Amino acid sequence: MNIEKNTEKQRLNFWEKIYLPEIARGLGMTFVEMFKPKVTRQYPEEVWNPTGSYRGRPVLVLEEDGERCVACGLCSRVCPALAIEVAAGETEKTKERYPIKFEINMLRCIYCGFCEEVCPEEAIVMSKDYDLVFEKQEDAILDKDQLLIPMAQLQDRLEFLRQYRR
Amino acid sequence: MPQIIIDGQRIEAAAGKTIIEAALDNGINIPHFCWHPALSVAGNCRMCLVNVGSIKRAADGSIEHDADGNVIVNYMPKMQIGCATPVADGMVVDTQSPKTESAQNAVMEFLLINHPLDCPICDEAGQCKLQEYSFEHSKGKSRFDEQKVHKPKRVELGPEIMFDGERCISCSRCIRFADEVAKQPAITFVQRGDKVTIENFPGTTFDSPYSMNVIDICPVGALTSKDFRFKTRVWEMSFNDSICTGCSRGCNTKVGVRDNTIMRIEPRSNMHVNEYWMCDHGRLTQYDFVNENRISEPMIRNSSGQLVNADWNDAYAKAAELLRGIKHQEIMVIGSSRSTNEDNYLLAKFAKSVLKTNNIDFVRHFNEEFGDSFLRTRDMSPNAHGAMEVGIAHHAHQGTSIDHLADKISQGFIKAVYVMDEDIAQIPNIAAVLEKVQVLIVHAHNINATAQKAHVVFASSTYAESEGTFTNVNKRVQHFTPAVVTKENERYMGMKMSRWDKFGAFNDRWTQGERRNSRMSWRIVQGVANAMNAQWHFKDSESVFEEMTHHVDGMKGMSYELLDEYGGMIMGRAGSPEVKTVVYESHYFKPQVS
Repeated sequence: MNIEKNTEKQRLNFWEKIYLPEIARGLGMTFVEMFKPKVTRQYPEEVWNPTGSYRGRPVLVLEEDGERCVACGLCSRVCPALAIEVAAGETEKTKERYPIKFEINMLRCIYCGFCEEVCPEEAIVMSKDYDLVFEKQEDAILDKDQLLIPMAQLQDRLEFLRQYRR
Repeated sequence: MPQIIIDGQRIEAAAGKTIIEAALDNGINIPHFCWHPALSVAGNCRMCLVNVGSIKRAADGSIEHDADGNVIVNYMPKMQIGCATPVADGMVVDTQSPKTESAQNAVMEFLLINHPLDCPICDEAGQCKLQEYSFEHSKGKSRFDEQKVHKPKRVELGPEIMFDGERCISCSRCIRFADEVAKQPAITFVQRGDKVTIENFPGTTFDSPYSMNVIDICPVGALTSKDFRFKTRVWEMSFNDSICTGCSRGCNTKVGVRDNTIMRIEPRSNMHVNEYWMCDHGRLTQYDFVNENRISEPMIRNSSGQLVNADWNDAYAKAAELLRGIKHQEIMVIGSSRSTNEDNYLLAKFAKSVLKTNNIDFVRHFNEEFGDSFLRTRDMSPNAHGAMEVGIAHHAHQGTSIDHLADKISQGFIKAVYVMDEDIAQIPNIAAVLEKVQVLIVHAHNINATAQKAHVVFASSTYAESEGTFTNVNKRVQHFTPAVVTKENERYMGMKMSRWDKFGAFNDRWTQGERRNSRMSWRIVQGVANAMNAQWHFKDSESVFEEMTHHVDGMKGMSYELLDEYGGMIMGRAGSPEVKTVVYESHYFKPQVS
């Protein structure tokens, strides 16, 4: 047992024992803060808009002629939490392959961004969505319709990737 | 035998062998695309360039050394291709030096000039030779700024094969396969230089029964299977060793499974049976009946005449009760040439020692048109020889044979039929009298006409869910393991599945492939026998096989371990197995640590 000795030095003195000066000091601090500029955000009335570097919910990029994704399955392979499932099909386009099914289980997703990093087509990117609420487990599995976001809405992230991705 | 030195390692190689063969026999892999041990040497990919020379000797024959005391090797001024250079005594080959590596890098750079690098789309990705060597031997970037050559894509070379000209590296493996192995020279190179591509000869199509092997030997993704195209990525599947059940050749296969569903079947090398090949019939028809239309629970016919799901023990008890009500010689037992030796052995034992009947036989499946001189046999079932050897055989003047079954049923001599994994209702004269049978007990994987008429139906596992042995047309006993998970083999299979099937949870949608409550037929037979007070305690297929080796003459000395080691053993020759050969796998999916 390693109990320190209750020495004279460690004991509280009289003023410390009655706590009153400390209470006064705390109230003083509160009083001073009242006149400083406010930093608290009134969420959800006041919504925060993250910058391009923010890693929110992963989404699929939707171009004019459909999704960029070719269902290569690399995101699904690299995902450490096994959140992504892809099933591929054949199309008539030059890129012969497309996802018939693309599902992300948001209960599994840990927002690591590996899927975005590994994607050879820049088809899956991290969006700014951070306020995800689900009432049922099944609702948390997002399908292709919920994941496809028009490219115009993802400009910040794509610009960020262009600058910083190696 | 000539002695050569490869990378400082002294090797004995048989005269006439090429450098690449000699190296492979000794575990040294020289990178190559166009060379394949079963095909003629083309030497057109240039990937196997190696430095070849000989030790420098003085006029008196003594070995010369340089200032540091190293042996001086006189290399040829130009590099040689390993696949077409025969070994000679005293040859020095070097596959690792900077000069060899720079040659390999240069070849890779040339091959990648016009390759589209569409690995994300390509089915071959993950088991591609070009991808593998790009990783090992190339610079990682291209110095080629110009436009890549565009070639025809999605060309149908045959009914099962799709060709992508841009991915092709013109190794000619498929052309040589068609000429030399499939014996249907229907494809060839057209154009020249960087425009070269592969086409059918006018008016022909590559529809040989072995055509799909070109998909396996294609070192890149130029030839893809129309059946498998884009179904799944290779790394999402688990591959377990199995045996094709399409005919009695018993080609060794690997079964690719994802979501507990068979995605594809591909050949596994076994030089004694199928070499590197298998036929399209085996590849395409042997998984539908595993995936679809299955009986997933045992069933009992209730008082209102409906088949209802039941508990295993209830089903065993019901079957035992029904069989007890019939006299011994009024019971017919039908084994199966599609079931394993273990299943048939235990069924024969059940018939002889528990049911005490001589009426035992199985249905033969012959198709004279199916057989050919290469792999396909006219016997369309995998284990007819095995079934006979382990005791499922009708002896003349003893009991009832399958041919007389219909007569015996209609005359009232046979009142109960116990059928294992066989659809006897397919035989017209038996189907006509099947209603007259008082007790019909059936093991079935699929919902079929026999199962629908049965009083007790046991859900049996298919070959893809069982462990056991088959005896092929040449009496070779071969061991195989399950690839699909059932409730019976769940714990054994756990870690053998792909990362996907292993780690899926109940709320993941991808793991919704059904885990059926089926059992291996021998276990069902044991259950029924024990319900009739037999006291059998076989734990797994191996314990049944172990007992079998003591009772079946030809199997003496065999064990699963030995069967795996020697790629199967011929009946009666377990004491003197064939020489083990080096198994060449052209390219394969490397097991990943997950």
